[in-house]
Amino acid sequence: MVNKAAEGLVGNRFEFPVERGKVLEFLEATGGDVEAFGSLIPPTYLTSAFFWEARVQGADVKEAIGFDPSRSVHAEQEFRFHGPPPRLGDRLTATSRVDRIYEKTNRAGKTLTFVDVVTDFRDDKEQLRAEAIMRALEFPHE
Amino acid sequence: MSRQNPLGWDDLETGSSLSPGLHLGPISRTDIVRYQGASGDFQPIHHDEPFAKEAGYEAPLVVGMYPAGALATWAAARIGPHRVRSFRCRFEQMVWPGDSLTGSGVIAELDEEQRLVTVELALLNQENQVVLTASLTADFTEPA
Repeated sequence: MVNKAAEGLVGNRFEFPVERGKVLEFLEATGGDVEAFGSLIPPTYLTSAFFWEARVQGADVKEAIGFDPSRSVHAEQEFRFHGPPPRLGDRLTATSRVDRIYEKTNRAGKTLTFVDVVTDFRDDKEQLRAEAIMRALEFPHE
Repeated sequence: MSRQNPLGWDDLETGSSLSPGLHLGPISRTDIVRYQGASGDFQPIHHDEPFAKEAGYEAPLVVGMYPAGALATWAAARIGPHRVRSFRCRFEQMVWPGDSLTGSGVIAELDEEQRLVTVELALLNQENQVVLTASLTADFTEPA
């Protein structure tokens, strides 16, 4: 059951260094043409922030949402880059927040709960370099 | 995979497809586990059979970000990874181990003034059902 009180929650900041081994591992796992990327990350690489987020207490705001795994799905995902995507050697820091929790009624008259979690990635000059937006959906009880 | 140089602005035409297309699969449990290790998302419903069954599924469902990531890296390599400014995807249907997916991309919009390109992408399963739709934008003021 989604905890609506989690809306607006901001997680603790965590580091996100862009490392060669991890990017290569990600490119290999997604069948990517490693040579084509050079020192750049592929478009969905920021999703691997899970690893660093888990190392900082209170960084992962998803824990406070309380999704039921049998009734919730990842509905949409977006990545926005402000300029070229981050590259190997960039030392980014990131913060996640529960941006919105809202309901929609589907054609069958059931109420669906949507949650948008936004993660901001900043460089060492505090410039916003990228955003990851996760939209999850929880279905009601049958 | 054979290397191809990224497309240039003059190669682009609204309605034209990125080629060759993407083929992914049949997706194995090992593919899922390798992706989950790389991404750090260890949600058990994607690899732990008893957990998935307890949640009401017949098998671990494929983590959607795996085919989404494959589609995004495929498209970015054709367009030029440094030009990518956004990637957005919607998970339309669940993907299961054993599924074989086909990915396609069509140039949907060319903003001549800003040299901003929008590519509409889709992944279909072996039954021709759309499992994922996506769009990617790219800034072609960046040289090849």
